[in-house]
Amino acid sequence: MKMRDRLLRVAAFTLGLLLAGAQGAFAAKNVLTYALSTEPPQLNSTKATDTESFFILGHIMEGLTRNGRDGETLPGVAEKWEISDRGATFHLRANARWSDGKPVTARDFVFAWRTAVDPKNASEYAFILYPVRNAEKINKGQLPVTELGVTAVDERTLKVVFEKPCGYFLGLTSFGTFMPVREDVYKAKGERYAAEAADLVSNGPFKLTSWVHGASLRMDRNPHYWNSAQISLEAIDIPYITPDNSARFNFFKAGKVDILAGLGKDDLPKAQSERMKMRNFSDGTLLFLEFNFREGRVTRNKKLRQAIAAVFNPQEYISRVVGIPGTKPGRGLIPAWLRGKKDLFRKEYPIADRRPDLARARALVAEARKELGVAQLPPLVWLTGDTPTAAKEAEYFQSVFKNALGIDLRIDKQIFKQRLAKMSTGDFDIVAAGWGPDYADPMTFAELFTSWNENNRGKYVSAEYDRLIRAAQATSDAGARMDAMAQAERLALEDVALLPTYERAVVFVMNDSLDGVIRHAVGPDPDFTRARFVSNGR
Amino acid sequence: MASYILKRVLWGLLTVYFIATATFVAMHSVPGDPIMGAKAMSPEIRANLERRYGLDQPLGVQYGIFLANMARGDFGISYTQQNRSVNDIIREHFPVSALLGILAVVVATAGGILFGSITALYRNKRPDRLIMLGVILGISVPGFVFAALGQFGLTELNALSGREVLPVGGWGTFSHMVLPALVLGLGTMAFFTRLMRSSLLEIVSQDFVRTARAKGLSPVRIFFSHQLRNAILPVITILGPAIATITTGGFVVESVFAIPGLGRYFVQAVQQLDYTVIMGLTVFYGAFLVFMVIAVDIVYGLVDPRISLGKET
Repeated sequence: MKMRDRLLRVAAFTLGLLLAGAQGAFAAKNVLTYALSTEPPQLNSTKATDTESFFILGHIMEGLTRNGRDGETLPGVAEKWEISDRGATFHLRANARWSDGKPVTARDFVFAWRTAVDPKNASEYAFILYPVRNAEKINKGQLPVTELGVTAVDERTLKVVFEKPCGYFLGLTSFGTFMPVREDVYKAKGERYAAEAADLVSNGPFKLTSWVHGASLRMDRNPHYWNSAQISLEAIDIPYITPDNSARFNFFKAGKVDILAGLGKDDLPKAQSERMKMRNFSDGTLLFLEFNFREGRVTRNKKLRQAIAAVFNPQEYISRVVGIPGTKPGRGLIPAWLRGKKDLFRKEYPIADRRPDLARARALVAEARKELGVAQLPPLVWLTGDTPTAAKEAEYFQSVFKNALGIDLRIDKQIFKQRLAKMSTGDFDIVAAGWGPDYADPMTFAELFTSWNENNRGKYVSAEYDRLIRAAQATSDAGARMDAMAQAERLALEDVALLPTYERAVVFVMNDSLDGVIRHAVGPDPDFTRARFVSNGR
Repeated sequence: MASYILKRVLWGLLTVYFIATATFVAMHSVPGDPIMGAKAMSPEIRANLERRYGLDQPLGVQYGIFLANMARGDFGISYTQQNRSVNDIIREHFPVSALLGILAVVVATAGGILFGSITALYRNKRPDRLIMLGVILGISVPGFVFAALGQFGLTELNALSGREVLPVGGWGTFSHMVLPALVLGLGTMAFFTRLMRSSLLEIVSQDFVRTARAKGLSPVRIFFSHQLRNAILPVITILGPAIATITTGGFVVESVFAIPGLGRYFVQAVQQLDYTVIMGLTVFYGAFLVFMVIAVDIVYGLVDPRISLGKET
């Protein structure tokens, strides 16, 4: 008996030691290191527009809700809510706190939303608040900010009144522009608000503890965060900021960073030869060709656009030109990852695979020539960016157009801003365009080809398309909304307002012991809030 | 002397003014503007932004405001780094570029003089040929290739040796600066080597060298106090512009090694058409270059007694 006791005790002791040792090993690595390509321009959530800002904000701030692993909406500062066609009421949790220990209140949201639509603040993303009553009029300077349809009923109750029914409003509340801002800090810092680590307070899982411009950022776990017990990482350390892809690759290879969020195409063979475990995810962006419908452009001719659509072979294009594993062929205007009524939108409204039909394409070109009254079609102007990928894409289409359709393509390569300027003024026949979602609802894509949308660069105009989208925007009934958007999508494809080419994928690599990293098509990406190290070593 | 310097400085200021004006005109003639983003915005949101940044004013007025602010040394607020002044950007990031640049120039000058002397002493022999091959490579291969190769090599070296010989990137300690400075200085080092070589070879056949040899001085003494001292003059001449170009031209090296220098802000500003940063940095760099050239001319006069400043001959 005694002997057994002693044995047990020794066993328990040994086990304890082992556990302690293992814990020590876990504790040794609890800081995630990462490299950014550019630093956030600033971290004022009411004005942020770029990926880097939203990445940082998504870790140091929290809105009423947050994005889950599969894009679902999870409670954030709000623990519960009621939503109707006319508005919403959010009930804030009692233990939501700022990094200085003060409670997060409904007033912090009212202040942030008013600031975002204030014309003096000139926020580019003010439009995302337009579902809130009077937001658009305030942003146009027609009403004072106090008229915004959001009120703090009490410290912990936020009441929102809608301009019109908004079926996707809940999903918006995790977006950066909807995050709370502390009025006292904002006013005390003035123009310097969120320009440095010391110039803002956080209410998210982490807080910004250091920011050396152009060099590094560091986020430490925020002990005041209401769900801090669920956060495993001690800190997210960003010691490198460089736009150079291969430099970031070298940092990963040297073990200096734990994750490389996106590999350039040139880095793929290198990663392969290093036997790195490559993963991919769809980043939500749809790439497409946009045609110019302006007066005097040959691309106004439907037969010509149909011919181009008929000759396009998505599979060949993806394997020969895009070359990134995980890339999906573009089928419609609404990408495959978005949800519809209950299931994925694309499953509910399927679109058949595109199969190239050379004979039909040639016949269509002949008809187009006849309709336009020309013996030979003039060269088409293909507007694109100045990256090697853009050039390769353009050259592919150039050879397809020439060989299959007998049409010359004049490639107009422009640097970023000049390309945008030419897109706005309509100085192109076809432009290689793309769209990344602002929120997780098909509307973020469906709205693109309405006559009033500034991003409709080809100026496609269809009264029927406009009517369908207006109808979808006027109801929060999921069935009616999705049906209307699906009809609009079919119309845009029939008219060849666009030719979807592919849905972008990103290949990434990370430390083998890292777990729980979430990639989002919408919202902060990558999302490290629930990341943890499961074993020591790479 | 004083009036000469004053005259040069005035001309320098005029040059900077012309640089500023030319840049202003060129920048505004390029299609696009700083507030234009990948996603188009509605006219009212655009109008709000234009009002905020004063872009709704006529171009002439914008130019006037810019000149008035420039005279006060205020370059305004960046468009892309919305809460930072251009002055802050220069203040925080120029010292990094300058330190890197100075180290690179030290490497380039020391290496250039050393290798240049070796090639001249071993003219047409194996060391000369070998070094001159390196010089051709150094001059013709662009800096970003050296930077990428250097970093790649270092990553492999660290992996092979099982410890961190030198950090592969980042900024902070001297060890972070070694490889970037070397890489940044290589091109200039190659150039200096060639310059030193031809200058030394020219001097070898000069009368005063022959005299020194006839006097029975040791070859070492002749080399150091007669040949080297005279041959170094051309190197000094281009040292000023070299410091300026190296300091301002480190963009690629800065971005490969993730160094928070001013170079990348300049390149980003041009890509983003960040008007205030483009203007601020162009004027700053322009002034830096112009006054570097003036400084070298003055130093030159001090080093070479044959040159007297400010006197017509």
